[in-house]
Amino acid sequence: MAHIDLGNDLPGIRGPMAYRPEMSRPLNELAEILLRDENNTLSRGDRELIGTYVSSLNDCFFCQNAHGGIAQHYMQCDMSFIDAIKRDPMATPISGKMKALLAIAGKVQVSGKAVTPEDIAYAREQGATDREIHDTVLIAAAFCMFNRYVDGLGTWAPQDRQYYVNRGPRRAAEGYLDFDLYK
Amino acid sequence: MAHINVPEGVPGIRSLVLFRPETGKPLYELAQVLLRGDSPLSPAERELIAAYVSSRNQCGFCMSSHAAAARCLYEESSGVVDEVLKDVEGAEVSPKLKALLSIAGKVQVLGKEVTPEDVARARAQGADDREIHDTVLIAAAFSMFNRYVDGLGSWTPEDPAVYEEMGRRMAKGYVLPQTNQ
Repeated sequence: MAHIDLGNDLPGIRGPMAYRPEMSRPLNELAEILLRDENNTLSRGDRELIGTYVSSLNDCFFCQNAHGGIAQHYMQCDMSFIDAIKRDPMATPISGKMKALLAIAGKVQVSGKAVTPEDIAYAREQGATDREIHDTVLIAAAFCMFNRYVDGLGTWAPQDRQYYVNRGPRRAAEGYLDFDLYK
Repeated sequence: MAHINVPEGVPGIRSLVLFRPETGKPLYELAQVLLRGDSPLSPAERELIAAYVSSRNQCGFCMSSHAAAARCLYEESSGVVDEVLKDVEGAEVSPKLKALLSIAGKVQVLGKEVTPEDVARARAQGADDREIHDTVLIAAAFSMFNRYVDGLGSWTPEDPAVYEEMGRRMAKGYVLPQTNQ
């Protein structure tokens, strides 16, 4: 049960979003442009993966599974591959650039100050652009917010991980702007 | 120097949103609705929560700028801002605001740190659900803003006068900076 009466029984972030729609609007606009906008050299799968990885580091069950389910859909992989990336991105066959960007995201999860010029230089060596580095840092930072919002209010989350995998394709198709919070 | 090629001579988050205005727009809208929109907490109290979380995250730019905005909004009681940043329990603020700051401090660490006891203490001091909600989201949002500003190594001015001027502007509200400024 959530720490406050949200006036609905929606899981995860959907509960507080329905409670305070005027605040959910910029949150959803941010998610849409960061994670889904087509004008981006990082794929939607890459960006959902960064969100999933940071949510896993923050131990946020709802966010890591909701976004893991969407990443899995985009990447056309199975749950065990997403889990392997969450455990240790360096030990998986993802690109050198994505490994470097996930390393930066992991630093941001600890603190903005943990990111070093060496981390940035390494990502550039692996082919990352300034825009990609910018978006990686902001996605990681944004999930440090979303995760705290979800868990700081003690929202509930379905425990069956398949629930999130099943929802992945629809969430990917609907996006973050015009979806029905109650479905 | 920032980690990426942002406009020179522009401090903190302003340089980052000039680099990427598409993401800047919802970030400034979020700041405006969270810190100036309809809420049972005053803009001064909300700026104080923002400054407190930024201080705990050791984000000099956000801490100094939001503390300056809070001082403007607190007017003759502006002394409470530095009291809170130094020691919440010893500060001349209400027990309710102390309980909310304590929740914000937990959120700064991690969402899961907030316990039913923290929430019960805030309620016992008169906080309602809306105030608890807004406190959690402000603390969560500054856990983002602080990481964004420092994670890209944006410029943090040293001169306190720069923040005084910034605080006066911020007290009026949050408007996305334009490239020609």
